[in-house]
Amino acid sequence: MTTIDASRPIDLASRPDNYLTHTRGFMSWALTLDHKRIGVMYMVAVLVSFFVGGVFALLVRTELLTPGQTIPGVTADVYNQLFTLHGAIMVFLVIIPSIPAALGNFVLPIMLGAKDVAFPRLNLGSFYLWLFGAAFTLVSLAMGGFDTGWTFYTPYSTTTTAGGVIPVLFGVFILGFSSIFTGMNFVVTVHKLRPPGMTWFRMPLFLWALYSTALIQVLATPVLAITLMLLVVERTINIGIFDPSMGGDPVLFQHFFWFYSHPAVYIMILPAMGIISELISVHAHRHIFGYKFIALSSIAIAIFSFLVWGHHMFASGQSPLLNTLFSLISFSVAIPSAVKVFNWLTTLYKGNISLTTPMMYALSFLVLFTIGGLTGIHLATLNTDVHLHDTYFVVAHFHYVMMGSALIGMIGGLHHWWPKMTGKMYSERTGTAACIIIFIGFNVTFFTQFFLGSQGMPRRYYDYQPEFQVYHVISTIGSYIMASGFLLTAYCLITSLFSGKKAAANPWGGGSLEWQCASPPPHDNFATQPSVGDCYDFRALKWDEATQGYEIDPALAAEAAKHPLH
Amino acid sequence: MSTIPNTHGSAHDDHGHHGHGDHAKYPFLQHHFETPAHQFDSAKLGMWLFLATEVLFFGGLFVAYAVLRTRFPEVFSYASHYLNTLMGGVNTCVLILSSLTMAMAVRFAQTNKKNAMLICLVLTFMGAVGFMVIKYFEYTHKIHEHLVWGKTFYVPPHTEEGEAEKLVLSTAPPPPPATLTVANPAAPAVPTLAATPPVEASAIKPASAAPAGLATAREMAKAEHLPVASDDPAMAHPTLHLADPKMPANTHLFFAIYYCMTGLHGIHVLAGMVMLAWLIWRGARGDFSSNYFTPVDVGGLYWHIVDLVWIFLFPLFYLIH
Repeated sequence: MTTIDASRPIDLASRPDNYLTHTRGFMSWALTLDHKRIGVMYMVAVLVSFFVGGVFALLVRTELLTPGQTIPGVTADVYNQLFTLHGAIMVFLVIIPSIPAALGNFVLPIMLGAKDVAFPRLNLGSFYLWLFGAAFTLVSLAMGGFDTGWTFYTPYSTTTTAGGVIPVLFGVFILGFSSIFTGMNFVVTVHKLRPPGMTWFRMPLFLWALYSTALIQVLATPVLAITLMLLVVERTINIGIFDPSMGGDPVLFQHFFWFYSHPAVYIMILPAMGIISELISVHAHRHIFGYKFIALSSIAIAIFSFLVWGHHMFASGQSPLLNTLFSLISFSVAIPSAVKVFNWLTTLYKGNISLTTPMMYALSFLVLFTIGGLTGIHLATLNTDVHLHDTYFVVAHFHYVMMGSALIGMIGGLHHWWPKMTGKMYSERTGTAACIIIFIGFNVTFFTQFFLGSQGMPRRYYDYQPEFQVYHVISTIGSYIMASGFLLTAYCLITSLFSGKKAAANPWGGGSLEWQCASPPPHDNFATQPSVGDCYDFRALKWDEATQGYEIDPALAAEAAKHPLH
Repeated sequence: MSTIPNTHGSAHDDHGHHGHGDHAKYPFLQHHFETPAHQFDSAKLGMWLFLATEVLFFGGLFVAYAVLRTRFPEVFSYASHYLNTLMGGVNTCVLILSSLTMAMAVRFAQTNKKNAMLICLVLTFMGAVGFMVIKYFEYTHKIHEHLVWGKTFYVPPHTEEGEAEKLVLSTAPPPPPATLTVANPAAPAVPTLAATPPVEASAIKPASAAPAGLATAREMAKAEHLPVASDDPAMAHPTLHLADPKMPANTHLFFAIYYCMTGLHGIHVLAGMVMLAWLIWRGARGDFSSNYFTPVDVGGLYWHIVDLVWIFLFPLFYLIH
């Protein structure tokens, strides 16, 4: 139970400022050590990259409206560059950093009642590394681009004369270190900066998710780094490690690459799952069901994620024994994910569900993640994967989990913490409408692609048989619907900055510590370290019409204290 | 349960001077940590995590080493003879001694013995320099002998023999395939098993002239009926300058992984030297004391892992026999 420190009375008049207004000027942002400002800078950077990657996606989809060339100037080679850039930007610049670096940086210390992350200077360093990595990607475009696919498979990536390959490899290498340092920061922060009373099993579930993600970031990303370095070395001095004519093995690259890139997809999804735990419990005003199971399933997913990389390589010629092992373990990695989904559903059951925009995104997540996860089982099954490998079925599956789940989770979290970050409320009507448009557009785009894939349309193909055209047209129309949904979301959020209502400290009725400081928070978050109770116990909260937010009602609090839930 | 929302934030303006005793007493103590011990523990945990990333970073190359050595064991046992075990051994001792001086530097920092700490840091730095000097000699010697990676592994000299060797080394064009004719156009396209003539045992080509792992390039070329330059024993093998007909094929892979791993390690030694120089500069300035020695301590951890990686590299490359 957090106590007020009577020796330091609240003095609103002398401290009306917040982290946004605390200091002013470009350099105060460029050299900031404030995790909140760093989080905001990351968010802007990630959202800009998302729109750039989205433009590439729309180009790809538009090109696929007809077999052969559709857009003047987009030849097959240009098309290859378009989908490669779409993938590389989305994976490395958007989805992997988005939740940990943008939302996590902002929320994690405040949820812990701390003043900052453990290593604020390293945090700023991580942001600048992201910028350098992004700059290298731009440089690679200027130097001729690259068309290897975001997966850089050998032998094409080692032998192609495309000039942009080495710069982008360096760019991704640098981005990897941005990710590693964020992970290190979060692990130490969660270990060392928890307040008195917040044991591991009293942390909000978002922190369990961020912690598990950070473990993966720290352990898996270095393997990507060395893989990319080997690729650079191979391209420059031709050591032959991936070249059969020199005794090497191109499949070895795939093993190295996927040893990181599979855990990477869990870096993408785990934080989103953490957000969903928060969104569902807060907006259904119901204690999360199965807290320990959800918390430990995050750790289980992190561990299992290192054991399944070979399921990307079922058709690569690796041994049947390896195929079987990877298939079996891939099945089992679905179990902790399913545990979470069932716990969330149970939390919703008999909850007092407010259909706010964050809740709409959470519900979207539940539908889309279920579809994405189940179709992952199709691909984990060896005999069906032989048919579906490298088809649009795979494309649809990973968009359902990466976009329909991870990205939707991030956007939902953005809406959930938007009042906290900006001090403004957005229009619920616009936000909800945008969410519905995105949901419809997403399904039209990607559900169609399951049919495309199972009927044999290969992925990364510029040209296709005429019988697939109707599906491609439907999918492209869906992508335009989705794009307009995202534009509406952007409009909704940006206009709220100018004309949104002032946000209360606790507009949604959350119980974790970030809802106990002002919206936006002051520069150093908390004056004294708060002590904590059960952050999913909402019984003491009461809606206050005057502040348009939830307040602690002492009577309800006393009543609730008599009957602790856990 | 919870509280009146904490809207006022902090009652103080800036970080250095408030009523919080520890922060006033210890200027290095950052605002988000309670006590110096708290900050130190966190820094150490952070450095251990970074070391874990280094282990995984090198780990990728160790895996590559394992894959290559499993595939080509003869290459590794043969080529390691070209490494100078004495120089490698001296390097190992130099690094271990530098780890000792580093640990001593940490101890002296903890016990406020500034001069002794600086001497030990400088000795550690000298150890690193010594390591790089020996490495420089090793590398230049090998490069001079063409013991390098990939296709530059052994370039024939510009002599008559050298030009002839180039013929053997270059990819010889395969013999043109025999013209295909259809024996009996009226026969069914897929022959039945009964209709297939029996194959004589002598007609079955042996897989290779020698067990694959131990064949020399020349023997393998002959087994595949590729042209070889001549049967003159002086020209018997592409890597003539080593005058060793027993050199296995793909020996360049040993040197590729050798340079990759020792090179990456060397880069980390150089980074360590930069770190040590920074510690010496800060130490000379008087930044470190028994109250605050974190950079020396975590720098020491980094240096120890650089040493540890070498202790694995040395037997894996130099002591394969």
